[in-house]
Amino acid sequence: MKNINDEHLKELEAEAIFVMREVAAQFENKVLLFSGGKDSIVLVHLARKAFWPARIPFSLMHIDTGHNFEETLKFRDDLAKEFGAELLVRYVQDSINIGRVVEEQGVNASRNKAQSITLLDAIEELKIDVAIGGGRRDEEKARAKERFFSHRNEFGQWDPKNQRPELWNIFNGRKHSGEHFRVFPISNWTELDVWQYILNENIKLPELYYTHKRKIFSRNGVYLAWAPFMQLKPSEHVFESDVRCRTIGDITCTGVTLSKAESLEEIISEIAATRVTERGGRYDDKRSEAAMEDRKKEGYF
Amino acid sequence: MKINGKPENKSLLRFTTAGSVDDGKSTLIGRLLYDSKSIFEDQMEHIVQSGKRLGRQDLDLSLLTDGLRAEREQGITIDVAYRYFATPARKFIIADTPGHLQYTRNMVTGASTADLAVILIDARKGVLEQTVRHTYIASLLDIRHIIFCINKMDMINYSETVFRNIRVDIERLVKKLEIEDSHYIPISAKYGDNVVDYSENMNWYTGKTFLNLIETIEISKNKNTDNQRFPVQTIIRPHTEEFHDYRGYAGRVAGGVFRPGDEVTVLPSLRKSKIKSIDVLGKELSEAIAGDSVAISLEDQIDISRGDMLVSTDDLPVISQDINLMICWFNERPMKIGGRYLIRINSNEAGCIVKSVNYRMNINTLENDFENRAINMNDIAYITIKTSKPVFFDSYKKNNITGSMIFIDEGTNETVAAGMII
Repeated sequence: MKNINDEHLKELEAEAIFVMREVAAQFENKVLLFSGGKDSIVLVHLARKAFWPARIPFSLMHIDTGHNFEETLKFRDDLAKEFGAELLVRYVQDSINIGRVVEEQGVNASRNKAQSITLLDAIEELKIDVAIGGGRRDEEKARAKERFFSHRNEFGQWDPKNQRPELWNIFNGRKHSGEHFRVFPISNWTELDVWQYILNENIKLPELYYTHKRKIFSRNGVYLAWAPFMQLKPSEHVFESDVRCRTIGDITCTGVTLSKAESLEEIISEIAATRVTERGGRYDDKRSEAAMEDRKKEGYF
Repeated sequence: MKINGKPENKSLLRFTTAGSVDDGKSTLIGRLLYDSKSIFEDQMEHIVQSGKRLGRQDLDLSLLTDGLRAEREQGITIDVAYRYFATPARKFIIADTPGHLQYTRNMVTGASTADLAVILIDARKGVLEQTVRHTYIASLLDIRHIIFCINKMDMINYSETVFRNIRVDIERLVKKLEIEDSHYIPISAKYGDNVVDYSENMNWYTGKTFLNLIETIEISKNKNTDNQRFPVQTIIRPHTEEFHDYRGYAGRVAGGVFRPGDEVTVLPSLRKSKIKSIDVLGKELSEAIAGDSVAISLEDQIDISRGDMLVSTDDLPVISQDINLMICWFNERPMKIGGRYLIRINSNEAGCIVKSVNYRMNINTLENDFENRAINMNDIAYITIKTSKPVFFDSYKKNNITGSMIFIDEGTNETVAAGMII
């Protein structure tokens, strides 16, 4: 399984490292948005490669919805400690407490959308001028439109109809005060590229990505992990099964996959054969046709 | 001039689509993905639902790449959409670009990183102004391989004569623009003829299908492997006990091959040193070739900062304050002769003044216009600039990386033009 895509992965890696170094050189207050998911873990690995033997010149920032898989938080803390990176955590709960965010109600309630407000507040509070994200263009149709260096105005908004031209590998990160950039070093990677890279580079992941027993329930064709704060409809019932996470985010909107894959090789074969996209199990994208575009305009990741 | 065109059967092919409005670019991509079974179930469900809402009669495959709400509503492409797919033969990155004149800058964005361009032509209309414009831009960007897809063959009864006539017109254009490698395929993106599967309606066509061609085409990469060029992006200073004296110059090799022990000259200081090591995450490399992102450390302590360049001592680039270049202007506000802009070339930045517009390109005739030299949005021109300090560069033909630059308006911070050094 190894070596199949080495040449191609080498090119994607060199591109991502180049982008990371441009960020380091062009901006002042830099954070790497860290969710504990595989894409952000790969970003941290790439950042280590880009700046070794120096430390990563970015703080890791986690926007915590409070609805996490426990293991992700421990993984996050350990990783930050191991690489000597500063960890900044901002809580959606705090935004709710001070009235910046009104909590969604009902069975489909999620704090996913609310993260944007917490994030934009943090960006303002800490005078952050660039936030590196693990977004990939293959994930979703609005993301497919995004530049590597994506400009945000002083309201944190994305203007997809009027993006800066981005020529060759010359990135223009100039901005006025109060504006910021989102930068996506792994824009050109596919889900399969990420997994193959994790295998080649032997990158450690949370156990949630491998098969484990979990209490789940089915909603609109997506299996969701059960947690005490989730509301069930009368027709839904909780049962235990062998599952793994294909993406990791807020529990309320992260679908799980029935799987017995124990190794990276098995996961890769499974993904290579799948007929549903990675975000097909993301409840947050199913809300409307332009759900992602709308959230991104508001300042989402 | 073909400095570095070694054919290579790349495992990763980046291509861009271009052509006039409604020539079916997005439909071709949709068809390619659909027939090669690269569309996932949830994406399929999405475009079926979306098509219903928009009142489309047939399955509209363009909805797959037109990802913005405004694009789906208007049925046009506004900005580049990137798509990824793989066959056992190759991996592909597709930049699906807009056809409208007003979005030319987005077309250029998509084309600037491509190895190959696919240009669509409506068989009913033949070669249009936008066909010429996009073919010209592709050649200007040094894209050496172009596939011309004569689309909508279903609407002209799959006529071989029509195809041949259009082909003759394009060949004239190709010859004029000195395009190295061109291919011609009659297709119907809507019905799939000659996209992935051979068409039963065009037995007269004996060439490859579109998919087969992009899987097998040999690409001469625009990668310079001869002239050592290493633009410094940033300096790595760990300040730790273990690496107390380490000073690494981080960058991506823009040309040639670098090895430990090589003598290099640092620009602009012209000081010389030897490469001590090439590092990536604790591993010392025996060489770094064009395209590799590495950190280089030198034997001597020299003052080097971002924007400087390491080059081979006996093969320096041009060092000058006067630059002649072709530009593509992107901004609504016209370019000003005598105007001041910021240029970024690799990691280097400098101020510049536009000294003269030598000519403007007339896209219709492909002739140089010496009369009307006003440069407006989407115009292409040959200009001369003077920079605020000496900069180092090669011609774009020699090296796409050290020969390209962007212009930035310091007032608005917008990228207002792309420049290719002659």
